[in-house]
Amino acid sequence: MRTWLSKLRPLLWGDWLVLLLSLGITGWLWSDWGNYAHATKCQIRQGTHIIGTYDLMQDRHITVKGTMGQSVIHIHQGKVRFEHAPCHNQYCVQQGWLRRAGQVVLCLPNQVSIVLLGESGFDSLSY
Amino acid sequence: MQSISLTITDRDRQIAGLTTLAISLHLLEATFPSLLPGVKPGIANIVVLFVLYRYGFATAASVSLLRVLAGSLLFGQLLTPTFFLSMTGALTSLVALWLASRLPASYFSAVSLSILAAMAHITGQLLMVRLWLIPVPQTFLLLPPLLMASIVFGLANGLIVAYLLNGRDARG
Repeated sequence: MRTWLSKLRPLLWGDWLVLLLSLGITGWLWSDWGNYAHATKCQIRQGTHIIGTYDLMQDRHITVKGTMGQSVIHIHQGKVRFEHAPCHNQYCVQQGWLRRAGQVVLCLPNQVSIVLLGESGFDSLSY
Repeated sequence: MQSISLTITDRDRQIAGLTTLAISLHLLEATFPSLLPGVKPGIANIVVLFVLYRYGFATAASVSLLRVLAGSLLFGQLLTPTFFLSMTGALTSLVALWLASRLPASYFSAVSLSILAAMAHITGQLLMVRLWLIPVPQTFLLLPPLLMASIVFGLANGLIVAYLLNGRDARG
């Protein structure tokens, strides 16, 4: 055990420098994570029908009549969410605020969906 | 019929032996369950870095690139996206190693080289993914967590290399 441990040497100061710098750069990139690819618009659909495309930089409630009843969508300072929904499971409401381009939230029972659009022009991703 | 004869030098045997070792570690690693897709410890790079110290950069580059080539044949991945990703990772980490091996050895040990090579490896691969496989800007959202994983595994592999070198870490 002792011989095994004696072979392990402490890091040199250059190693510490590399380690701290790489952690720093990674942390800095990570802090910028939430801002990446911010959506600027959202498109609301009922079934296959596009209700409209709205700018996210406003404070606005939009009521959409779906197959079950009225869904209330709230746009507020660059983000959007389902505020009320007539569905029983409330999954759409539980998704909370969305702000990144490419994100999608939908209320399947009421057939209402929101797609977040960014400047880059795509509106969905598939892998 | 004219026969072509190749003379096999000691250096060829050496490279072949070391590459075999690297491929074995690569195969061993393939049996590990992956914690996250795209995150692998890259233990074959322990051999590459060790070879860099003992036999120099040219031998390390040969071992690294042959490992990717022969490894992809074993896995049936030759010329698939996986192969090109491996090759990109190997090339970018070799560039990083080539640059980093110019750092003074009295201050920067194998741990530094390992971390820098690991970060270059994943950055190069992600760039390849962004440019070719999944050409959307969101690809770079994966960079911070992947870089974090590369630092952790780069540190671990570097410590193993430093341990194997046992203090004799003047670079070859």
